[in-house]
Amino acid sequence: MSALLKIALRAIMRNKLRSSLTILGIVIGVGAVIVMVSIGQGAKAFVEKQLESLGTNVLIIIPVSITHAASRGTTGTITLTAEDAVAMGKECSAVNYVSPGVRTTTQVVYGNMNWTTGVSGAGQDYQIIRNWPLEAGRFITQQDVNIMAKVCVLGQTVVTNLFGTLDPVDKWVRVHNVPFRVIGVLSAKGQSPTGQDQDDMVLMPYTTVQRKIMGVTYIGYVLASTTTAETRFEAIDQITSLLRQRHRLKPGEENDFTVISQVEFASTVLETSRTMAILLGSIALVSLFVGGIGIMNIMLVSTTERTREIGIRMAVGAKGKDILFQFLIESTVLSSLGGVIGIMFGIFMSKLVSYYGGWPSLLSPLSIAVAFLFSNMVGIFFGYYPARKASGLNPIEALRYE
Amino acid sequence: MNDIIVLADVYKIYEMEEVKVAALNGISLTMKKGEFVAIMGASGSGKSTLMHILGCLDSPTRGKYYLEGVEVSRFSKNELAEIRNKKLGFVFQSFNLLSRTTVVENIELPLIYSKRISKNDLERIYQIMRTLGLEGLQKHYPNQLSGGQQQRVAIARAVVNNPTLLLADEPTGNLDSATSKDVMSVLTDLNHNLGITIVLVTHETDIAQYARRVIVLKDGKVLSDTPSQASSAPVSQAQASL
Repeated sequence: MSALLKIALRAIMRNKLRSSLTILGIVIGVGAVIVMVSIGQGAKAFVEKQLESLGTNVLIIIPVSITHAASRGTTGTITLTAEDAVAMGKECSAVNYVSPGVRTTTQVVYGNMNWTTGVSGAGQDYQIIRNWPLEAGRFITQQDVNIMAKVCVLGQTVVTNLFGTLDPVDKWVRVHNVPFRVIGVLSAKGQSPTGQDQDDMVLMPYTTVQRKIMGVTYIGYVLASTTTAETRFEAIDQITSLLRQRHRLKPGEENDFTVISQVEFASTVLETSRTMAILLGSIALVSLFVGGIGIMNIMLVSTTERTREIGIRMAVGAKGKDILFQFLIESTVLSSLGGVIGIMFGIFMSKLVSYYGGWPSLLSPLSIAVAFLFSNMVGIFFGYYPARKASGLNPIEALRYE
Repeated sequence: MNDIIVLADVYKIYEMEEVKVAALNGISLTMKKGEFVAIMGASGSGKSTLMHILGCLDSPTRGKYYLEGVEVSRFSKNELAEIRNKKLGFVFQSFNLLSRTTVVENIELPLIYSKRISKNDLERIYQIMRTLGLEGLQKHYPNQLSGGQQQRVAIARAVVNNPTLLLADEPTGNLDSATSKDVMSVLTDLNHNLGITIVLVTHETDIAQYARRVIVLKDGKVLSDTPSQASSAPVSQAQASL
């Protein structure tokens, strides 16, 4: 067997250009398999991180029907109020915490430093719902909400940009020329799975953002947490019927709000990644197939070219199976060589995709093993016919071949 | 058991588009161990076909072929390959060496199909190369060698497995007369010193004179089977024991 391997390697080395062109199809195919699997794995990890980051029991209620958001324009935005949020907390048994939210982007000033960031209004339960510990100071209380206190809690990125290494607690920052006292600092949470910096944010009592900054009476969204992840469907039902009742929607009339569950959002991401994986998978399949045909083609040419060699080998005692294995090994070595190069190409490509495309990818030994196995199978499958043909030659005719 | 080849009424019939051509038309022959036999005949006389059957590259349509007492005429392809590998050696007109393959690798070719090449085998290959005047050419490629050297490499390949029968098909057909003489004396030495039975196919009378028995074929039949006139063929003095 090792002698046959030697023969096969020599035949491949003899025609370097031809061999490398032959394996190109396999390289692309295996590369696509690697990218496909790593994107699939990456999406799975992304979703897990997403759920971990926001919680499986968090619901977001936004004041628009998602299906008709465009046709309704902005009219829906005034339909959700802080009272709706409070009612949810009181009347929906599956909901244990709610926090009304409203959000705008504005400039925050400290001394001669300024930073444009998102200012979010929140209730006292925001911290519990998001499961987000403080690094210093205290969080917004119900009292702050009630009196529209001019206080704020800063995210890490804002602290870094406005205060540098100073302790921001009890310092005053200005928004729209109104001074706000910093009462607390959130611990660093890092990037959200979608790549946003979650620490680039200022939290204030939602009443404060409504009246002192935006001058509105509605709220932008409600964050709610359910008692457990399993009760989320119950909670969605309860919230939906409560809001329909409060908004006086007639039966048959559409919801003027949407309840988004993190779990469902995550499954959308999974769905998207699956589509992408199927796309890449079909590229992989096609190019592996084309690559396999390329190998078969070259092996057919090669067996014809080497008819005399086959005749000589048979004359000195090579059996049909020796010739079969010689050519089968040659095609398998070609395709697994393509596999190895394809794996490197695939690793490079998935890094590129996640770096420039912002798409999560995760390389796993599994994907590499699968790709390598695939390339070997292609070599055996497409190399069999030419090898079979070579092994079936009649030695007398093969020796006579010019 | 001195008859290493026994052909009993052997026919080889090719069917081409409903026309039957009998390349061998009932041949019966016996060859003894250590013989040096030349087979002659015009083209179309069936000498190549006989050579293929003796060389186990083909099976007769009818009749029996016993090689060392074993009937090989009904052997399968694989069994024939095994016989070729263990008991036969071939020398061809066009040398039939593997190009881009070194001399040593060409010579060891029969061995790789039966076993793992050991140090002893390589020793033996070098020994054979010395005997045939090929020393120092181990790493050369066939296209770097002269015709005579190439044919000697082919002979070395033919004897590396200690064959009981060496078949030479027009071994001097591509060589000039001086080199032909040289190659023939190598074959004669092998026959003389090692007792290897040699069957030589040729159409040149002077080459056939090296053999001690000449069989002439015509139309697939044995026309004559006589001892060579010059049965005291030039035998250069023995060099080595292989």
